[in-house]
Amino acid sequence: MLNRTVVLWLAVGWVGYAVLPWYALDDGFWGFGWIASYLGDTEHSPGLVSGLTGERPWLAPVALFLLMPLAVLRRPKMDPLFSTVLLAAGGFGLAYVLGQGFTVGLSGWRWDFLEGWFGATDLQQFGMGYGALLVCAALLFLLSQGIAARGAVNGDVFVVGSIALIVALVATFIFFPMTQILISAFQDLDGNFAPERFGEKLVSADLWGVACLTSSVRCGIAWNSLVLAILVGVSTAVMGLAFALAVTRTRIRGKKLLRVLTILPIITPPFVIALAIILLFGRSGAASTFLEWAFGIPPSRWIYGLFGTWLSQMLAFTPIAFLVLIGVVEGVSPAMEEASQTLRAKSWRTFMTVSLPLMRPGLANAFLVGFIESLADFGNPMVLGGDFEVLSTSIFFSIVGSQNDMGRAAVLGIVLLAFTLSAFYAQRRWLGRKSYTTVTGKGDAGIHPELPKGLVRLIYGTTVPWAVFTFVIYAMIMFGGFVKLWGYDHSFTLQHYIDAFDVSWGQHGIVWAGAAWNSFSTTLIISAIAAPLTAGVGLLTAYLLVRQRFRGRDTFEFGTMLSFAIPGTVIGVSYILAFNVPPIELTGTGAILVICFVFRNMPVGVRAGIASMSQIDQSLDESSLTLGASSFTTLRRVVLPLLRPAIVAALVFSFVRAVTAISAVIFLVSARYDMATSYIIGRVENGDYGLAIAYSSVLIVVMVVVILGVQVAVGERKLGRRGTIKPAGAPAMEVGIA
Amino acid sequence: MTLKGKAASVEFRNVTKAFGPVVAVRDLTFTIEAGELITFLGPSGCGKTTTLRMIAGLELATSGQIFIGGDEVTRLPATDRDVAMVFQSYALFPHMTVAENVAYGLTVGGGPKAEARARAREGLHLVGLDGFEERMPSELSGGQQQRVAVARALVLEPQVLLFDEPLSNLDAKLRRRMREEIRDLQRSLGLTAVYVTHDQSEALAVSDRIVVMRNAAIAQVGSPQDLYERPVDGFVADFIGDANLVEAEVVRVEGEEAVVRIGGIETRRPGRSVAPGPAKVAIRPEALKLSEGREPGSIEGTVTRAVYLGSHLEYVVECVLGELFVIDHAMESPIPQGATVAIRLARRGVNLVPGRDSEAQAATQGIQTEPA
Repeated sequence: MLNRTVVLWLAVGWVGYAVLPWYALDDGFWGFGWIASYLGDTEHSPGLVSGLTGERPWLAPVALFLLMPLAVLRRPKMDPLFSTVLLAAGGFGLAYVLGQGFTVGLSGWRWDFLEGWFGATDLQQFGMGYGALLVCAALLFLLSQGIAARGAVNGDVFVVGSIALIVALVATFIFFPMTQILISAFQDLDGNFAPERFGEKLVSADLWGVACLTSSVRCGIAWNSLVLAILVGVSTAVMGLAFALAVTRTRIRGKKLLRVLTILPIITPPFVIALAIILLFGRSGAASTFLEWAFGIPPSRWIYGLFGTWLSQMLAFTPIAFLVLIGVVEGVSPAMEEASQTLRAKSWRTFMTVSLPLMRPGLANAFLVGFIESLADFGNPMVLGGDFEVLSTSIFFSIVGSQNDMGRAAVLGIVLLAFTLSAFYAQRRWLGRKSYTTVTGKGDAGIHPELPKGLVRLIYGTTVPWAVFTFVIYAMIMFGGFVKLWGYDHSFTLQHYIDAFDVSWGQHGIVWAGAAWNSFSTTLIISAIAAPLTAGVGLLTAYLLVRQRFRGRDTFEFGTMLSFAIPGTVIGVSYILAFNVPPIELTGTGAILVICFVFRNMPVGVRAGIASMSQIDQSLDESSLTLGASSFTTLRRVVLPLLRPAIVAALVFSFVRAVTAISAVIFLVSARYDMATSYIIGRVENGDYGLAIAYSSVLIVVMVVVILGVQVAVGERKLGRRGTIKPAGAPAMEVGIA
Repeated sequence: MTLKGKAASVEFRNVTKAFGPVVAVRDLTFTIEAGELITFLGPSGCGKTTTLRMIAGLELATSGQIFIGGDEVTRLPATDRDVAMVFQSYALFPHMTVAENVAYGLTVGGGPKAEARARAREGLHLVGLDGFEERMPSELSGGQQQRVAVARALVLEPQVLLFDEPLSNLDAKLRRRMREEIRDLQRSLGLTAVYVTHDQSEALAVSDRIVVMRNAAIAQVGSPQDLYERPVDGFVADFIGDANLVEAEVVRVEGEEAVVRIGGIETRRPGRSVAPGPAKVAIRPEALKLSEGREPGSIEGTVTRAVYLGSHLEYVVECVLGELFVIDHAMESPIPQGATVAIRLARRGVNLVPGRDSEAQAATQGIQTEPA
């Protein structure tokens, strides 16, 4: 009996090796111009041809690794020879392909010592392309089949292959760039090894000074970041919970509107919120002007600093906490709450001792998200920080500013990483103690009891004013685009929109004359490609983490969550360092943007997946397996349908984050692939606030449409719980209280 | 087209399963014949569920070999094994209707949809749930959910059908009915079934044979009657039915029989290769016959508790052997609390317990501290 999976991956490998061009092509990953010059141009030859013609002889041995598995095609999986051959072919094959890539670069040896050994060379090769990609994939999956045949993870080929895929991706796109930037932490300005400078930077007063407690000297950047992050983490988790409870457990009016309103801030590039806050509270802001007129309070720069940054981050990240918590709040089984009430617990007691503890993993996740988002946030402190400097902005200024000190940036990055990782571990230890499975295989009937009256008042009292404030901020953004020159000439104009999005009919049909069209379409396409990939990789990772037991699982989790803890500025710089030269040459392409988004936003998908998946009883998976479904079918037909809220959250969130991202993107955009945010920042730098605000408002509107579309398309989770029976004529008083 | 079993045997050869340093099952060897219902019985943590999951392929053995229907399946994952399992939590897919749940195993195999639907209807008919096809699992009662879970496993016509404490979420009456239904289905379809429970009455009621497990190993295998009447040690005696374990002395052995002195009276019992000297005897509560007053040739005791239970009476009697638990079906002459009684031994239900007694005692005590 032929092993079909092995045949499939061997075929993929041979297509990559013998048919498709080995190297990346000038016209980009999606360009197909190479087909025309396929036979003529040796740069477009497949690896096999290059190897055999002697053009690049070091590619010839790759054939060996793709021939080896043929020998065991007909052997059963149990046969030790089967696994041994696949392990050898996959393992050594991958090592060889990667090894040759790192040995021979664009202009000869990549390492100086090789020149010492072998002498100078005129060998050269370019970044890996389709061919190399397929060969690597084939070798990787052959290797994973070898591992599975050895009995790893119960011999499940799909699971082992998934683990191998995620590990390979994370290694390539997170660890490899990180090693590049860490290397530069130990280098001086000229690129020499200088460990003493690393220590010096690590303990500097600039980072850790506490002089602000006793004098007017500024405190260390690290303290600033930490204080801000804790404030933001706690406050966003609390606000997120209030919103989640308001939407799911109260009879508040306008729930739909509240949902949209809470989603608004994430679909906004962070610096836009900061901009709107300046339009409100800045020296020529609306509120400041009113205060001066009414009370004679002179306008000042009070909004710049810790408070302003905290405020804008609150606006930016509360909705994220809301998205994390709403799935958890909905997932708490009503039976538990009903049980508590039948045990004569009053509604307050039920909430405090049953509902709230069941939501603890969600709350912890929300805090963690807020904490890390705040640490990594770049846009808000950039615009509103003033003298209040935090780590992420310092990293940016270390690199692009006059300092141009890669080493300092790297050290700051390490400190930042230490903060976020310790938060991550503290959270895990705290969460690890209790099981929160509330969606069991047993049919779950019941309705959520009402929340205590006092709590409802508290929820209304916090969510409604916050929603109103958010509304005002957005009114500013929408309004700002129609004003000629804020603070000076408040007359109405459409000019900013015309400048950005002008469309006219020319000789050859539509002419996209507006200045924003190029970056706008690039942004939508790149983000639309990145979103499903992000959700897919994230949820697959979550599935592996929650549902599979395998050796090195903790390390695996650490690796996949790591990119979440790396600030965008650092990612951006590390990608430039890592992917500017072969074997992986990606700078200037659209692919690097997609990849950057996928791996930066992947942890969000992972977290959403973990939170909902750990509430689904594992016996559901097991029963599917014993009914003859493969783990892939189980994932597709049992786990994913139950994960709809997580899928929606991951899709929406990754799309939106891609559209609104700025910190990493600003390093990776090129003339051909410019993104909306970096274009807007460029406008802001030129003082063109009108167009910037106008463009931002269009982005926001487009994303509202997208989010609503996705929510309608994917739908809400059907658990067959009995719907809440609404009492006739709900008292209008309750909303009145709020 | 009717549902039937493709019953196959199951064989374990020296199977060990370890989770890191914890050994869940140690060196297990047994054979389950095709078409029989075998029960794994034991306290929680004894390894019975792990054994079941190894048959299912949800756990792979650390060492040893497993055969189903004569073919080795040791390294085969659950998907590739022809077994079906009924879970303690039923594990019905909450997002599918009853019919979709039952047809799931058939459709993932790639069979035609129409046939899957017909088979699902047949399966539901078999468990008496006609007309429930379009309900959602949450709209069913516990017993109905249980039936759906059974139907879902049955329609696959598996070689082996596994039950993991399937009745523990049901009330007592329903439990009795469901276990009878499961037993009837298994018999009429000729299925090989493996059943895990910690409830000994359930095990006695449904099984052809019972495997009693303790501390990751088999304590005894046998028919319900074997286990009840010829327990190999105090642990089994106490776990299967109730037993009063008392000290005794084997006076002499005469062929197959032994003369045993229990509380001052001598009696002849099956020898079970116990050597003369101090020994342990397991006395079933029904094997102690009480009569008020004193009689020669009997053990004297005092009733410290008398409980009326409708079908029978339960007594606790204090005597030279210690506290004895007695069940008496002679409803016409209840004995009041505090009365002095003469205790006699019935012909059956008083058995010498060979060997391993200290160990068995320890295990028994360990179990009593654990929650059921």
